[in-house]
Amino acid sequence: MKISVIVTLKKDVLDPQGKVVHQALKGMGFNTVKEIRQGKYFEIDIDESDKKKAEEKAQDMCKKLLANLVIEDYRIIGS
Amino acid sequence: MNSSVIIFPGSNCDRDMDVALKKFGFKNKMLWHNDTELPKSDLVVLPGGFSYGDYLRCGSMASKSRIIDSVIKFAKSGGLLLGICNGFQILTETELLPGALLRNKYSKFICQNVFVKINNSDNKYFKNIKKNVLELHIAHNEGNFFCSNDQMKEINDNNQIAINYCNQNGEINDIFNPNGAIKNIAGLLNKQKNILGMMPHPERMIDSYLSGEDGSIFFENLMGNLK
Repeated sequence: MKISVIVTLKKDVLDPQGKVVHQALKGMGFNTVKEIRQGKYFEIDIDESDKKKAEEKAQDMCKKLLANLVIEDYRIIGS
Repeated sequence: MNSSVIIFPGSNCDRDMDVALKKFGFKNKMLWHNDTELPKSDLVVLPGGFSYGDYLRCGSMASKSRIIDSVIKFAKSGGLLLGICNGFQILTETELLPGALLRNKYSKFICQNVFVKINNSDNKYFKNIKKNVLELHIAHNEGNFFCSNDQMKEINDNNQIAINYCNQNGEINDIFNPNGAIKNIAGLLNKQKNILGMMPHPERMIDSYLSGEDGSIFFENLMGNLK
């Protein structure tokens, strides 16, 4: 089963990478872009057939390694 | 005095640290990240570098390495644990120190000398230190210390800020903050004050051939406090 996870910086955490990407886009003429926040995307191929169990494991992975909860939020976006 | 330096794949200040520790009288051992046992140590050092290529987040992989359980056990029983630069990042990732080190505010890798002022000298690292402001070297991309408001309150309540970025006169101000760190924090202690994480590299300032010798003051003082 494949599970996808998105990790993003919390709202109040500065994202210099996102800012630089935003500036680059503006320089390219994308003037209507208001803000860019950069995050991480994980595709987890897990040997589980039970969706609930697989999602629980993904959650555990997020808490223990994939996200740093001091600065990041995570979302399991599908399986 | 016995010290141990942990080498992770991608560490690159481990040998500098080895040279510095030996110069100031430590019997130092180098340990590989896949080892599980710590030899008897008065000081354990997590050196600077780019452990595991900085993959995922700086220090995150190292914080799950095989040796880390022994390091955590050592620190939790009161052993002196020093993390420099990437070592500081590893200490926050293991949650031995609060907060996190974010990407530098101005999106640049910073490599320069800075001044830091000692804020708390009631610990083995800075007690009796003969200078209150040290000139040290920083080289990092993620040194922007960040923490939640609750963590900041705890840090203040327990006087955990070890050193702040400042100018040569010890003035702490935004304009002397190289990376955007909250409150100009350059180094942090745990509540018990046996764990120190700092972005500056004292091991790079131990010889007149290098750009300064204030790192010598740090190591000499630490050795003096351990004797």
